[in-house]
Amino acid sequence: MRYTIRIRRFNPEVDQRPRWQEFTVEMEPTDRLLDALQEIKEHQDETLAFRRSCAHGICGSDAMIINGINRLACKMLLKDLGPRITVEPLRGFKVLRDLIVDMDSFFEQYRSIKPYLIKGGEPPATEYRQTPAERAVYDDTTKCILCAACTTSCPIFWANQTFVGPAALVNAHRFIFDSRDEGAEERLEIVNKRMGVWRCRTIFNCTDACPRGIGVTKAIEDLKRALLYKKL
Amino acid sequence: MTHQFDAVVVGAGGAGLWAALELSGTANTAVLSKLYPTRSHTGAAQGGIGAALGNMEEDHWEWHAFDTVKGGDYLCDQDAVEVMCREAIDTVYELEHRGLPFSRTEDGRIAQRPFGGHSREFGKGPVRRSCYAADRTGHMILQTLYQQCIKNQVRFFDEFHVVDLLIEENVCRGVIAYCLADGTLHTFRAKAVILATGGCGRMFRITSNAYALTGDGMALAYRRGVPLEDMEFFQFHPTGIYKMGILITEGARGEGGVLRNARGERFMERYAPTMKDLAPRDMISRFIYREIREGRGIDGQDYVHLDLTHLPAETIETRLPDITDFVRTYLGVDPVSQPIPVQPTAHYVMGGIPTDLDARVVIDEKNTPLPGLYAAGECACVSVHGANRLGTNSLVDILVFGRRAGKHAASYVREVELPPLPRDPQARARAEIERLLANTGDERPIAIRDELRRVMMEDAGVVRTGESLQRVIEKLGELKERYARVGVRDQSKQFNTALLETVELGYLLELAEVLAKSAFAREESRGAHYREDFPNRNDTEWLRHTLAYRTEKGIELRYKPVTVTTFPPQERKY
Repeated sequence: MRYTIRIRRFNPEVDQRPRWQEFTVEMEPTDRLLDALQEIKEHQDETLAFRRSCAHGICGSDAMIINGINRLACKMLLKDLGPRITVEPLRGFKVLRDLIVDMDSFFEQYRSIKPYLIKGGEPPATEYRQTPAERAVYDDTTKCILCAACTTSCPIFWANQTFVGPAALVNAHRFIFDSRDEGAEERLEIVNKRMGVWRCRTIFNCTDACPRGIGVTKAIEDLKRALLYKKL
Repeated sequence: MTHQFDAVVVGAGGAGLWAALELSGTANTAVLSKLYPTRSHTGAAQGGIGAALGNMEEDHWEWHAFDTVKGGDYLCDQDAVEVMCREAIDTVYELEHRGLPFSRTEDGRIAQRPFGGHSREFGKGPVRRSCYAADRTGHMILQTLYQQCIKNQVRFFDEFHVVDLLIEENVCRGVIAYCLADGTLHTFRAKAVILATGGCGRMFRITSNAYALTGDGMALAYRRGVPLEDMEFFQFHPTGIYKMGILITEGARGEGGVLRNARGERFMERYAPTMKDLAPRDMISRFIYREIREGRGIDGQDYVHLDLTHLPAETIETRLPDITDFVRTYLGVDPVSQPIPVQPTAHYVMGGIPTDLDARVVIDEKNTPLPGLYAAGECACVSVHGANRLGTNSLVDILVFGRRAGKHAASYVREVELPPLPRDPQARARAEIERLLANTGDERPIAIRDELRRVMMEDAGVVRTGESLQRVIEKLGELKERYARVGVRDQSKQFNTALLETVELGYLLELAEVLAKSAFAREESRGAHYREDFPNRNDTEWLRHTLAYRTEKGIELRYKPVTVTTFPPQERKY
């Protein structure tokens, strides 16, 4: 079947400003959008630049705006996108080239919430114990692949890029609600700051955007509640 | 631009990150990745880490060692296997202490489940040994180790693609990397280089491997005179999603899933009466191939069914959530009520850069180390996987030997001076890139790549013959010639991904040739290397490792003995 793919392009070495370019490709409806981008790069225009690696929704490389919403190109099938598809780079980060954006600030925000287990004392000879019920409390937020689909779907983030953003908050949740962790207080202090959790206006774009199906807004609400009621 | 470090780690998957963690306490360390570290392919591992914790039932690391050696069809070096299986236990606990969210038993311990080839009492029946975090174990390992690197302030160079390895007078002196963001070359001068660049599955048409897995570290070492060991052994995982190659974890069969042919028969009962659908991967892939060839593929096509429909919906949803999502997304099939179409997919290279037990690269039959160079994980061959890797042991390998590489390198860099750089260290890398950008002929890298992947799949895959391998060798000769004329049209400095993909294609061609020539020479069948013209294992002549050297006259093959300690070779029955 024939698909027309309209891509927002920008090569800083050539272009003054971004431009749209249309490509037509013959593909199977069950192919991924990523397959169509590869087809274009391989057979029509090798200068098309995008990131990709695992091609099945695990590595988080290929988040982009697809028909107006944030998705992974490798998790969208053409049949679900229709014969005319538009593709743009994620919003809110500097575009470096075509669909490639500058992720440095995103990882900086991730690092700011101390995304690692904080625990004092000598570890036991075997494992720290944790029941399946305790494990279930933070299971959802362990799924994050740091693709940035959530953060770059958030209107608050579009308006102010110093907002720590949903992805960093998801990862704060992953540790704050881990029964083994002892860093909840210092992390809650960080997310309680002016550009932290209270910027969230529960718009739910992030939850819609997450390719891993994480309840992002719910996780943020859990953090707000933990701050309000001082209870985990 | 020139940077100076005690140690440089190339690759940021599980092996590289753990090596970096060990080094970062005492040595000035840089990690170079051609991706962002969290994009590494360790994250795609699903099923688990094999370690004899004995949380569910009696288990011993010696049983794990036996399964590894038998699974490897007795080509494993047993001293390395002993180290790995013993230290697996401790690395799993350490990962847990570092925060890895394992699935749990009711009393709060790490949960374990059955896996292909894992047995109790030296083969008497299945044992629950695979430590898992749902079907996202690799994702959790990658996240946990990256998080620990953040905590320990490891220095990362993201999207720096290593394009040359500096070895002079048999001492490693650093690497050259190409910065994707601006197209500049950087020299990283170092006392120790740890290669942890993963596998090379992209040489096959159907593969579970990410686009990034183009064998960079192996090819660079090989070009600089280091031999490659046992490259003829390439594992095909039996259950890749039909046509796409995306992996369906063996954990699905560990939870009770079975394979069925067109008649609905559970055909593995015929081939492996004890272990059935949990026999090792090489055997199951071969039997799927046989079912298909004898006309029992589904609808006469080249796939069979993985059937989970008899399992409780809750088991599928909670223990295999990711693969359930993949199958629904990519096939529109609901594994709770419909069988999944699967076929063998190129998954893992058992061979690689030869190393000793401390992950030091060794360059000859006597295991002479090359000072300053280390390799760990899939790009290395220590050899713990022999002729066929046991399920879960890739994760065990990266953890145990990534850690060992880091520990040894940390003490090595304390003892030696920074070796001087070669004169004009970037010359070779610069010449190669300039050549690719200057060529203006019609030869397209994509056409070469597609032919490579087709011929490897058809003639060097699950089943091989001398004739088919001869065809591969001839084809590769032609493709290499064409590659010399290949040109890149994109002349940009910033994010010139077309250029780097062409560089990667050069690596794959080189490694494919090593694979094919090593396989052609090995006139026996062992593990994943199955020769229809030599269907039996031949321990008298072939219980030995291949070492392939790059010489001016082409590939030279030499051989070194296999280390046998506890388990003398026996016939492999499951």
